[in-house]
Amino acid sequence: MPVDSFRYLPRIIAAFYKATEREPELPIPWTPLPRPVEECIFGLVTSGGLYHSGSEPPFDIERERKEPTWGDPTFRTIPTDVDLHEIRISHLHINQEMVLEDINVLLPIDRMRELVRAEEIGGLAEFAYSFMGFQGYPPDASAWREVYGPHVADRLLSEGVQCVLLTPT
Amino acid sequence: MLARTLEDAGLSTILVTMMPFWAEKIGVPRTLAVEFPFGQTLGRAHDAAQQMRVLRQCLGILTHADRPGEIVHSSESWPQPLEEAQKLWQPRQPSPIIAELGPHIREILRERRRRNAE
Repeated sequence: MPVDSFRYLPRIIAAFYKATEREPELPIPWTPLPRPVEECIFGLVTSGGLYHSGSEPPFDIERERKEPTWGDPTFRTIPTDVDLHEIRISHLHINQEMVLEDINVLLPIDRMRELVRAEEIGGLAEFAYSFMGFQGYPPDASAWREVYGPHVADRLLSEGVQCVLLTPT
Repeated sequence: MLARTLEDAGLSTILVTMMPFWAEKIGVPRTLAVEFPFGQTLGRAHDAAQQMRVLRQCLGILTHADRPGEIVHSSESWPQPLEEAQKLWQPRQPSPIIAELGPHIREILRERRRRNAE
């Protein structure tokens, strides 16, 4: 059975999304896997609004509260050897407590470490990167595309990453 | 969007999402679609076995996908009753944009449909 994208959405939001006319920009980018996954270093990128408390500030949800059509386009850096209890979330569009109950549902640091130990992947990058998924209304991902996305790509490449797991909310 | 940017920069990406609808419209390179409530992208909290099954499926897609735009649908299921799961993922307070647009959303929809029909 194909996944129903609208199963968990309120009916009116589902109708709103379904009315969106959009075609993908072609060609879709493609980087073939350079080596077997068992030898690849993995990077983690989430848009769940996670951040490492104490070392970086939360996303700017105070500005979003004042300007509801604006979403913070910046990113946060989370060391993958972090104590998961030090990770917080600033995201006004989901139930934050559900995520904090087990960070692995969005940032699977424990699971990836297990996969490294089992030699099913080659390694986990030193840092994970976190964005906050709401990019304004109407949505405008240009800052991601032009500034912050390429910045994170450079950092992942400099950490020797070949594969990236992306986990939006 | 981020998946495309990272792939463009020379990284092989896999996106896990509840919304394959958007993945298709955006043109995501490789997608695993999951029918989970929002925010619980890799499975239930503290269910390491389910999270691991989802991750292993990602590794399989990275290994076998051979065309951009590949979307694989996971058969993982969510055990909670639908109504309960629908309520649980949502924030306690509506997000600022929903609070602002909520009263006008039907009007915006009608306008959009009218424009699409033209």
